Amino acid sequence: MTAQVSLRPAPTVSAAVARRRRLHVRWHWLLPTWGWLVILWLSLPIIVMIVFGFNATTGKFNFTWQGFTLQWYRQLFAIPDLTNALVNSVTISVIVTVIATTLGTFLGLALGRYVFHGSGSVNLVMFANIAAPEVVLGAALLSLFLTLNVPRGYLTIVIAQVMFSIPYVAITVSARARSLDPAYEEASRDLGAGPYVTFWKVTLPLLFPGVLAGALLTFALSIDDYIITSFNAGSTMTFPLWVFGVSRVGVPPQVNVMGTIIFVFGVLLALLTALAGRRRA
Amino acid sequence: MDTVHASLTTPRTPAGEHPPQDERLPAIELLGVEKLFHSHGSTTTAVGGVDLEIGEGEFFSLLGPSGCGKTTTLRMIGGFDQPTAGRILLYGQDVVGVPPNRRDVNMVFQSYALFPHLSVFENIAYGLRRKGVPSAERSRRVAQMLELVQLEAKSDQRPRELSGGQQQRVALARALVNRPRALLLDEPLAALDLKLRQAMQLELKRIQREVGITFVFVTHDQNEALTLSDRLAVMNAGQVEQAGRPREVYEHPQTRFVAGFIGTSNLLSRRVRAIDGTTAVLEAGPDERLVVPGADLAQARVGDVLDLTVRPEKISILRVPATDPSACVLRGTVTEVVYLGTATQYAVAVTASGDRTGSAGSSDLIVFRQNAADATDVAARGDDVWLSWRPEHSLALRPGPSAASGSDPAASPVQGESDGAQQR
Ligand SMILES: Nc1ncnc2c1ncn2[C@@H]1O[C@H](COP(=O)(O)OP(=O)(O)OP(=O)(O)O)[C@@H](O)[C@H]1O
Ligand SMILES: [Mg+2]
Repeated sequence: MTAQVSLRPAPTVSAAVARRRRLHVRWHWLLPTWGWLVILWLSLPIIVMIVFGFNATTGKFNFTWQGFTLQWYRQLFAIPDLTNALVNSVTISVIVTVIATTLGTFLGLALGRYVFHGSGSVNLVMFANIAAPEVVLGAALLSLFLTLNVPRGYLTIVIAQVMFSIPYVAITVSARARSLDPAYEEASRDLGAGPYVTFWKVTLPLLFPGVLAGALLTFALSIDDYIITSFNAGSTMTFPLWVFGVSRVGVPPQVNVMGTIIFVFGVLLALLTALAGRRRA
Repeated sequence: MDTVHASLTTPRTPAGEHPPQDERLPAIELLGVEKLFHSHGSTTTAVGGVDLEIGEGEFFSLLGPSGCGKTTTLRMIGGFDQPTAGRILLYGQDVVGVPPNRRDVNMVFQSYALFPHLSVFENIAYGLRRKGVPSAERSRRVAQMLELVQLEAKSDQRPRELSGGQQQRVALARALVNRPRALLLDEPLAALDLKLRQAMQLELKRIQREVGITFVFVTHDQNEALTLSDRLAVMNAGQVEQAGRPREVYEHPQTRFVAGFIGTSNLLSRRVRAIDGTTAVLEAGPDERLVVPGADLAQARVGDVLDLTVRPEKISILRVPATDPSACVLRGTVTEVVYLGTATQYAVAVTASGDRTGSAGSSDLIVFRQNAADATDVAARGDDVWLSWRPEHSLALRPGPSAASGSDPAASPVQGESDGAQQR
């Protein structure tokens, strides 16, 4: 009798396990399928962009498949305006990434490490900057430049993009700085390093994953920014501005090729980052 | 015989008239050091007027419950916090305001703070690089340190690939390689399990002996402090209650707090009936006798309540009254007998006349009796017994500098924590 009582829970438990296992077997295809569907959904536009870079199109529009060609890769720089716009975009993005990452890193370090007079307001302004509609930011900047009588062009694009990029860097860096044990810096000071050496040898290397994430984000935001840039570009052309401008009269396949190259470059950067992170860990 | 004597003594007094001890400055001196923290409009006194003198080559421990200001004291010596008041001298030099990188002391952090982006070798070499030590000598000294802490094989690994004990030793090597004049260690063994901790204690002691550097060691584990230290200071609520050699502090605790924090506390509080010279005679039952020599130190007057403590191993437990008329004698009833292997522990409830020890009216004295070859169980639970000890083992206790804050180790949860640490 007692044996029966004490045995009873066992079959119940194994039954539950078995039921769970059966459930698992019946539904195990669901999650991978769902995952692949999402990946397909996300990458479909990219696939179309890449494939139509190889399209042997003859008309103005590049929407129907007409055969494989490497012609557009050979004639990549055949459209001087497009080439010029791409060069502008790339140089602007590099400059913006360097400036915004530097400024954003220091801002993020200050926000993550110290509570100073006005740190609350700085946080608020940063989030407001991210949350504000881009159209509003672009228009506001334009009126600012007009008021200050700053000629619109390359410089104003850089200023505008640095402005909207800093918060992204500051937030990723401050999250990292907040989780950083201050004992590392104290240990460095203790071992004879001054504040400057400590920053370069200890603080920055430990913040680096955050800095890198912020820099990548900035580059990605900067290279394809349309709205804010369009307000402040004056007569300077960037890649997105040029593509948008010609989209009504027909997009040349070179645009697909350049898009592909930017995309491949981005993927390589992300892979390198992941590799560096794995080596670090 | 004379020549031997001379050759032994001559090098000790090279200057002839001055003994060397007087010339030698203490490695670290704290003079009235105070640290207040202001936050959210309130002020915390982390350290309230500490005076300490730590000799060269000494293994000195700061012992005390959580929050008593040990870390803050250590951080002020290291230069990470600046005292609100008072002076800190390193070899006679006032270092208040000097940043940590310009102080000739190194710290082993409780979290070790090994640089995760550098290899073990580079971690240890960090301090030497900052000082511009040439590469060949740097490698040699790092290798020497790796050997000292027995981690030669781990040179190229990252800190996170090491076990806790290995990381601890790297932290030690990283500090020692700089040949500091003093090493500050903040509970360096707290994160290790009991077995490893005991092994590392011996290791620490060995290394300290080998390098001969002054160690200032923070711990809340009384056993650790007693076994490792040349001298120790017991801190409570931001103040030093007592400083001295482990034996001195254990056998002659001066305050109620120290008596309770170190070892098993046997605290009695009785009214003073008479003072005979420096010996106080306390209230006791008709066939009992309770005297405390050295009561003048506690400034006791007739009619005052005096706190005293007796170490459990000093008390004899007897079935008949003691024959020695000068001995202290109390009657009691055995409430608990615990066999501990090498010893047996008895808890004896003593007749409470004017006694205010303990919380719930209980006033048990703990008695240790060695289980020697001829020892038999002298008493069982419920037996009436006589407790007796030499009068010099009655120790009068001062209220202690922190008595105003009302901290009582016997009642505070902090004591429970330190007991837990012992048993772990
Ligand atoms: N930066 C700080 N700001 C405010 N109060 C502090 C600060 N550092 C320490 N304190 C306070 O000072 C007191 C002593 O702290 P301290 O860290 O020196 O204690 P401790 O003896 O090292 O304790 P533990 O054994 O828990 O490490 C505590 O009450 C603590 O709250
Ligand atoms: Mg501490």
